[in-house]
Amino acid sequence: MPYETAYTNQGFNLVGSRVNRPDGIDKVTGRAKYGADVNAAGQLVAKVLRSPHAHALIKKIDTSKAAKLPGVKAIVTGDDFPDHTGGNRSMMDILENCMARGRALYDGHAVAAVAAIDGETADKALKLIKVTYKKLPHVTDVDAAMAEGAPIIHDWVRTAGVQPAPTTASNVAQRSEFGHGDVEAGFAQADIVVEKTFKTEQTHQGYIEPHACLAQLGPDGSGELWVTTQGHFTFRNVCSTLLGLDVAKLKVTSSEIGGGFGGKTHVWTEPVALQLSRKANRPVKLVMTRDEVFRASGPTSSTSIDVKIGAKKNGRITAATAELRYQSGAFPGMWAMFGAMTSFACYDLKNVKSVGYDVLVNRPKVAAYRAPSAPMAAFGVESVMDMLAAELGMDAVEFRIKNAAKKGTKASYGPIYGPIGIGPTLQAVKDHPHMKRRLGKNQGRGMACGFWFNFGGQTCTDLNIGVDGSVNLTVGTVDVGGSRASLALIAAEELGIDYDQVRVTIGDTNSLGHNDTTEGSRGTFSSGMATIFAARNAIEVLKQRAAATWDIPVDQVVWEAGEARAKGKQNSNLPPLTLKEIAAKSPRTGGPIAGHNEVVADGAGVSFASHLVDVEVDPETGSTRVLRYTVIQDAGKAIHPDYVEGQFQGGAAQGIGWALNEEYIYGDDGCLQNPGFLDYRIPVCSDLPFIDTQILEIPNPNHPYGVRGVGETSIVPPLAAIGNAVSNAVGVRMNHVPMSPPRILKAIEDAAG
Amino acid sequence: MRFESPTTTKAAVSLLAAEKGVSHVLAGGTDLLVRMKMGAIEPDLVVDVKRIDTMAALTVAASGVHIGGAVPAAELGESEKLRTLWPGVVEAANLIGSDQIQGRCTVVGNLCNASPAADSVPALIAAGAKALVIGPNGKRRVSVDKIVLGPGRTSLGHGEFIEAIVLPARAPKSGDAYLRFTPRTEMDIAVVSAAVNLTLARGVVKTAKVVLGAVAPTAISVPAAARALIGTKLDDAALEKMAKACRAACNPIDDKRGTVEYRTKVAGVLGRRAALLAFERAGGRK
Repeated sequence: MPYETAYTNQGFNLVGSRVNRPDGIDKVTGRAKYGADVNAAGQLVAKVLRSPHAHALIKKIDTSKAAKLPGVKAIVTGDDFPDHTGGNRSMMDILENCMARGRALYDGHAVAAVAAIDGETADKALKLIKVTYKKLPHVTDVDAAMAEGAPIIHDWVRTAGVQPAPTTASNVAQRSEFGHGDVEAGFAQADIVVEKTFKTEQTHQGYIEPHACLAQLGPDGSGELWVTTQGHFTFRNVCSTLLGLDVAKLKVTSSEIGGGFGGKTHVWTEPVALQLSRKANRPVKLVMTRDEVFRASGPTSSTSIDVKIGAKKNGRITAATAELRYQSGAFPGMWAMFGAMTSFACYDLKNVKSVGYDVLVNRPKVAAYRAPSAPMAAFGVESVMDMLAAELGMDAVEFRIKNAAKKGTKASYGPIYGPIGIGPTLQAVKDHPHMKRRLGKNQGRGMACGFWFNFGGQTCTDLNIGVDGSVNLTVGTVDVGGSRASLALIAAEELGIDYDQVRVTIGDTNSLGHNDTTEGSRGTFSSGMATIFAARNAIEVLKQRAAATWDIPVDQVVWEAGEARAKGKQNSNLPPLTLKEIAAKSPRTGGPIAGHNEVVADGAGVSFASHLVDVEVDPETGSTRVLRYTVIQDAGKAIHPDYVEGQFQGGAAQGIGWALNEEYIYGDDGCLQNPGFLDYRIPVCSDLPFIDTQILEIPNPNHPYGVRGVGETSIVPPLAAIGNAVSNAVGVRMNHVPMSPPRILKAIEDAAG
Repeated sequence: MRFESPTTTKAAVSLLAAEKGVSHVLAGGTDLLVRMKMGAIEPDLVVDVKRIDTMAALTVAASGVHIGGAVPAAELGESEKLRTLWPGVVEAANLIGSDQIQGRCTVVGNLCNASPAADSVPALIAAGAKALVIGPNGKRRVSVDKIVLGPGRTSLGHGEFIEAIVLPARAPKSGDAYLRFTPRTEMDIAVVSAAVNLTLARGVVKTAKVVLGAVAPTAISVPAAARALIGTKLDDAALEKMAKACRAACNPIDDKRGTVEYRTKVAGVLGRRAALLAFERAGGRK
C-alpha cells in the first residue's frame, strides 16, 4: 500500500530535538571501523603504479621482473580488464579511469597494480615494472583546451548538444543551454548592464579518510567488498558491470565513512582490487595514499565563466546571461550543465540564458563535490549582482530581495517553483544582528545567495522490532552527515517510543533492495520518508497483533503514544498494549514484527541559502581573515538541528577554504605540484571564525514532515560572499578564486597603477 | 634499517661514524619520519638522540642559554625566563608546525633539516646563536649561520651532529622578534619570514641584526637592513630604508608557495614589522 507523501502539519514529540549521536562513542574511542580498518586472513596488499606524465602513449608495460619477485601474487594492467560494458561509453570511461588502456590521460592515471604479501614487497614490485611511454602534448587549462589547435584528449568525442552534429573531434564534450524569454530584448530595456569574466581553480573535497577497500573475488565470480563509499549499491552495480559479474553475487558493505562530499560516489580503485583478488584468489586490501587521492580521485572542475546582467534603474533585472566553461578532467561529465542550471536559480527573471561547456583536459576525472558546479556559477553571478547593485546605488540585499524567485516563479532551468526559501533567507539577512556590526579599517562585508536542487531517488528500508521492543532500522543510504540520528528520531516519533530504543544500521547490498547513493542531500529526505512508511507499515502489523490478542476487528484498534488502544465503548475493558508488550508476545502471535518500505522519493524540495561574511584584508600582504560568518538556510524541517547546523557550518568552512587558499597547482609539465595537505591548504581550526547559523523551516510539500535536503546548499554562496567581502574591503573587484594572498596583493597593486 | 637509541653522545658518535650507508639523526622526527614515509629517504641507520640526558637539558640565564638538541620546541615556550629574554627565538620555535608537532620537534632538528623556510633558523641567526657540534674529531663551536649550506645540505661532517644550541649573554634593553607569512595560521611553511634582534642605548638602536627566511637557498643576514636601523628610533625613513634593503637582499624562487615578486615585497613588510616589534620589546619609544 502506498503511503501519503504530502506534508501534513503534524506536531512532533522527538523530531527537532538535539539527542546524542549514536555513532559518537564509536568514533571517539576508535571502535568505528573505516575503510582501512578491516583485515582478512591471508590478505594481500595492493599498490598502484601511476603515470608520471600528463598525457602519454603507453607503448609497453613489462611486468616480468616484478612478477618474479618473491611475494608478488598478482599484477594487473589494462589488458586484464576485458570490455564487459556492452558499448556503454560512460561505463568504459569509468573502467579506463580505473586503469589506463594504452594511454595515460593525466598525471596519476593508474597504469598497473600489484598485489603482494606486504606493502614493502608491493612497493618493490612497482619499481620493477617498466613502462615505456611516449609523451604526448597535454592541456590542463579549461580555456586553453577549448582553443584552436589544443591537443585533443579523445578523438571519439564530438560535442553533444550542438546542431548540426559536429563531425570532428573536440575537447568540448557537451554544450547545454537553459533559460527562457528574449535576452537581447531584455538587455535593450536595461538602464545598466554589468559584464565580467571569472575564473575558479580546481579544488578537492579534502575528506580526511583516503579511499580504502578490502576486496575478495573468487574464480566462481562471487565476491565481497568492504569499502568506504557514499553508495555501496552503486559501487556493486558498477563493479559488477565492469568485471562481468552478477550483481547479486557481489556483496558490498559500506564502512564508516571519514568524509565523502561527493568524492566517494564513484569507483576509483575498487575494480582494480577486485580484479587483483580474482587473479590471486586471495583477499586484497587497497588503501590510497594522500598523494594518490589528490592525483587520481575526483576533484571538482576548474572553471572560466562570463556573466552579464542588466537592470532598470528601479532595480528590476531585465536580462541575464552566463557562459560557463567547466573542465571535467580526462573524461566527459555533466558539470557545466549543473553550472548552467543553477546559475540564475535564485532569481525571478523574464529573460535569462545560460550556456555550459563541458571540457576535457589532462586532469583527473572530475567527481561531484557538494552541490557540484553550483559554487562557481554563484561566484560569477553573485559577484555581478553586487557590482550591479553598486552601479544602481542600491543596497546589495535589497537588490536581491527585489529580484528573488518565489512560489510560482519559472526557474531559469525550467520548473515552476513551489514554496521556496530564497526570499525569507534574504529577509533574515537584513534583520540579522550581524548586519549591525561596525566595520573597521581594511574590513569588508559581503553576502551572496545559493541554490541546490536536492535529490530523492530509490530507497528501501526495513524496520525490525526485537522481542524486547527495541527497534532495528536497516537503511541502505550511507550515513555521511548524521542520518542515523535523524532516522532513529523519525522511527521513534512514528512508533511513539524513546529515541534510545531505536538502533539504525546501514545494511549491506545483500540485505536490502537497491538504494541510490547518498548524494544530492538525499539521505535524510529519502530514507526519512522510507522510515516513516516502514514504521507505519510496522504499526499496521502491531495493530493486527493487538487485535488478534483482544480478538476484536483490527479497525477497532488505533496506535497512539507507543501503544495499541482499542476503540469504542465495547472495548473499554481492554487496557492498552504497549509496543513492548506486543513484541514480547510476538513469537506466539505470528512471529517477528517488521515494517518495510521501498519508494522512489520524488519531490525533494529545492533549497536556498544566504550567507553573510565580514573579512579583514592586510593590504600589505594580501592576507584575509574571516571575522564573522553567518549562514541562513531553509531546511524545510530540521529533524536534528545539531546536524543541520553542522551541515551549514561544514559547507561554509569548505567554501572559505576554496575561496581563499585551496587550489590544484599544475606545472608546465602538466603534473600536479601540490598533492598533499601541506601545499593544498584546507583551512585549519584557527583559520575559521565561529560560523553562526540560522535555520529557516519552509516545509517541503512533498515530504510528510516537510524535510528538504540540507547538506549541499551551504557550500554554494561562500565563494561569492567572500569575493564580495574582500572586494569591498580592498576596493577592487576580485574575479579569480582562490583569492590567495598573492592574487589579492597583485589586484590591489594593479588597481593602484 | 637499524634503529639505535644510545644514551651518551659518545655512543651516538660511534654509531654514526661507523655507518657506511645512509644514516640520520632522529630528534623530534617531525621532518625525518615524514620524509621516510614519503619514500624520499631510505636510511640504513637511524640514531635516536632523545635518550641522551645531556641533550634534553634546557638552561636559561641572562648570561647565556643552552638548548639541548633533544629539547622539544614546546618546552622553550614554557620557560617564562626564556620568553622574556628571547621572545623572538621562542615565537619562532613555537610557529613550527602545530602544537602537536611542537611537542616533539626541536630547534636543532629544524636547523639540520636545512630548509630555507625553517622557522627557528632566522631567529637563531639574528640572536647570534652558536651550535655545539660533536663528532669523531671531538667538539667544535660553530655559528648557526654556518651550518646550513643550501636546501637539504649542512656543513656537518660524517658522524657529526649538534649537541646543543647556545644563545649569548643578553644585554639589557634588548629585544627580538620573528614574523613569518603563511597563507594558513598554522600547519604551514613560511613563504617569507623575518627575524630582527636589536639592543638600544639611550633610546636609539645601538646594534641590530636582520635575517630573512625563505627568500634565498638559506636564511640570509641582511647587514644593510640592520645598518638602516642603527642610530635611529625606527622613524619612517629608517624603516623604509630597512624594508628596501630587505627587498634588495631577496633572491627567492617562484614556486607553488609564492612568486618572486610576492616574496620580495612581503620580505620588506615583515622586516619592518619585526623591527618595530623588537624595538618595542627592547623598551624603545618612538
